[in-house]
Amino acid sequence: MGLESKLKQDGFFTTTVDALAAWSRKNSVWPMPMGISCCAIEMMAVGDPKFDIARFGSEVMRFTPRQCDLMIVAGTVTFKMAHVVKKIFDQMPEPKWVIAMGACTSSGGMYRSYNVVQGIDQFLPVDVYLAGCPPRPENLLNALIQIQKKIGKTRVRDYPDQPLEPQTIQQN
Amino acid sequence: MEFKELLLQKIKDCLPGFEFTPAEYLGELTLSFNKKNIVKVCQLLKADPELSFNLCEDITAIDCARRTDRYTVVYHIFSMNNKFRLRLKCNVDEGDCSIDSVSSVWKTADWEERETYDMYGIHFNNHPDLRRMYMPEDFEYYPLRKDFPLMGIPGSFPLPKK
Repeated sequence: MGLESKLKQDGFFTTTVDALAAWSRKNSVWPMPMGISCCAIEMMAVGDPKFDIARFGSEVMRFTPRQCDLMIVAGTVTFKMAHVVKKIFDQMPEPKWVIAMGACTSSGGMYRSYNVVQGIDQFLPVDVYLAGCPPRPENLLNALIQIQKKIGKTRVRDYPDQPLEPQTIQQN
Repeated sequence: MEFKELLLQKIKDCLPGFEFTPAEYLGELTLSFNKKNIVKVCQLLKADPELSFNLCEDITAIDCARRTDRYTVVYHIFSMNNKFRLRLKCNVDEGDCSIDSVSSVWKTADWEERETYDMYGIHFNNHPDLRRMYMPEDFEYYPLRKDFPLMGIPGSFPLPKK
């Protein structure tokens, strides 16, 4: 990082716990790839060397919700699938963020019909809406940067330890 | 003899007294007949070695909302040996909204009939496992019926709580 040249002896620098926690959180956002339909292809492209989400510290796509901070909901969410998405979201540990990727996820998109949820914000707390059908990979990177900006403003006391209670997961 | 004539002749010979209306459009043959004959006809079409309609491609339905016999069940069947596609149509009344299942003839008809039941609410008698295919099991409506609104019925599909 260039710091070591300045550290001739035992060095130290001062910062706040909030700044340090936010800095480390925002540069290691682990996404949960909730790829439901065609947007997932663009999400895969983000992981490849051409677009390279690793530049932003988010290359670790975990296929288990237990290790993730960010849910990328990529694709058309039907009413039947909504329960699955919510169940997986509930299993992610706090703090967590959600990107609604693409027109279908944000608003139902071209599927204005009885079976598609008209926007996943009806049951999930969405942080960033992402336009496009499907969005370009750069657009997803932009959404990630917006999430990072949002995380950068958080403080440690925003996320206190939750008491360990048995969580009730809603059944279908 | 062309296969089409052979087919019609076979049906006439093997099923005496069976009434049907053949129609041809764009070189494809459609037979319309009463729904009580469906299993009998399908068994003949599949079992006969010369006809050998061994592939049941699709089963679906049409909702003609204002007609007396409201629904039409449509079967697309294909003979691999003869490379011939045939369409069968049976009208189903709204009051007695049922037709005999052909899943004993073609096993693949099992899921196709379930799908038709899911979307139109047509009951298939003697079906081994007539459950919904796409919609949730406790859903009360049939979405492809003409009287079902495009945006659905509010409250019929519960969403998870926020």
